Amino acid sequence: MSDSEIPFEHRQNAHCESGVVSRLLTQAGLPISEPMAFGVGAGLTYAYLPFVKFGGLPLFAFRVPPKGIVRGVSRRLKVRFRSETFGDADAGMAALDRHLDQGRLVGVQTNVFWLPYFPPDMRFHFNAHNLLVYGRRGREYLVSDPVMDIPTTISAEDLKKARSAKGTLAPKNLLYYPERVPSPGEVDWHKAVHSSLKFTAGMMLYTPIPLIGVRGIRMAARAVRKLPTRDLRYVRLYLGHMVRMQEEIGTGGAGFRFMFACFLQEAARRLGEPELEQCGKELTAAGDQWRQFGLEAAKMCKDRLPLDTRALSERLMAIADTEKKVFRGMRALA
Amino acid sequence: MEKNEVPQQAAKAYLGRRKALYAVGEGGNYEIVPSAGWEAEEIVLDQAIDEFARLAREAHSAAKAGQGSALAYHMYSRRMDPVLLADVAGFWGWQVRRHLRPGAFARLSPRKKARYAEALNLDVRILDTLPEEP
Repeated sequence: MSDSEIPFEHRQNAHCESGVVSRLLTQAGLPISEPMAFGVGAGLTYAYLPFVKFGGLPLFAFRVPPKGIVRGVSRRLKVRFRSETFGDADAGMAALDRHLDQGRLVGVQTNVFWLPYFPPDMRFHFNAHNLLVYGRRGREYLVSDPVMDIPTTISAEDLKKARSAKGTLAPKNLLYYPERVPSPGEVDWHKAVHSSLKFTAGMMLYTPIPLIGVRGIRMAARAVRKLPTRDLRYVRLYLGHMVRMQEEIGTGGAGFRFMFACFLQEAARRLGEPELEQCGKELTAAGDQWRQFGLEAAKMCKDRLPLDTRALSERLMAIADTEKKVFRGMRALA
Repeated sequence: MEKNEVPQQAAKAYLGRRKALYAVGEGGNYEIVPSAGWEAEEIVLDQAIDEFARLAREAHSAAKAGQGSALAYHMYSRRMDPVLLADVAGFWGWQVRRHLRPGAFARLSPRKKARYAEALNLDVRILDTLPEEP
């Protein structure tokens, strides 16, 4: 095995999957910003899944499931991604080496807990973290992790462990890269953007399952109201978990709203449709409401504010109202 | 969120790192802004870590008193719970819960212990022992 390093410039992004997609496509000759990748990939959503448990507490998601952005981008930009998974961790590492030897930048899926370059207090068992590998030096791999401010390195053993982690959303040694990328001129941006807006608004407003989209927010609001006030420890853990799923895991609920608003702004300018930017402003307001909710809920966990699940529930209901308006507007523009 | 509202409350968990956020800057233009940490995030992060630390401490004293297996301590100190550990090591939930008891754990075959050791990325010999301090 020889050393290799693919000429590549690290950039910090707000979210791992959209960051990786943006960097992979840019490297392959289709320059695309992270918000644009997130937007065209229709990454935004809301889901409250009480039956999917993390440490005994429900899942709250603010974006589509892992790999959803890759799929959305592939469909709307006519990019073809190739994904390879491996049952055997060593085979997964060998394949990674082959791609690096061929000078190919690849994205890999990992478990955050086994990434030593993460600050220890931020290492939890989350299996769907994406990062880029851009080279190898001896037994070390050169890593560009989109959520880190600087590029970093990881030992072969650690990377293997992180890629072969098991459990919910197990990475299965996944690696992926774009196989066919259209030139910027070939992309029908108008169609791509509007298809994504239609899809995103539809998902938020009309998903038949009441746990997804605006109705999911209302469902979560009702769940918060019904928390057992006798068991304060549980209530605090529940709220803390809720905020953690909102702000820590991935980019955060508000963070995704802001990123999508940034996409709307970029799309508005690219397509000459200022109404999209206006829609983005309203979505920014929804993001601000999410942050307000997160701050209040967190303070209640620590008794910096009196614990009031009723007030929190009402905040969530208000967010649902705002988002309903935003996505109705978006739907009308799509 | 405006650029000047991006929280900069240096969080100890970040170890001086920065996180990137999209915020509205001059002229209403969105841009990526580094954040040094946010109160809300720090509170809930601390809470989650404290909860694992508390469970690990309790498992440590239970194991010392002979009321639990060392596995429970190692599981929590690796920030796992029985459901996750079962998933990762390839056991059923009830099996893991049984192995959290000292007797059942002591009787485990070396092969099954090795599965736990691999899941927790620990040496099998360490799996049986407890550190002095949790």
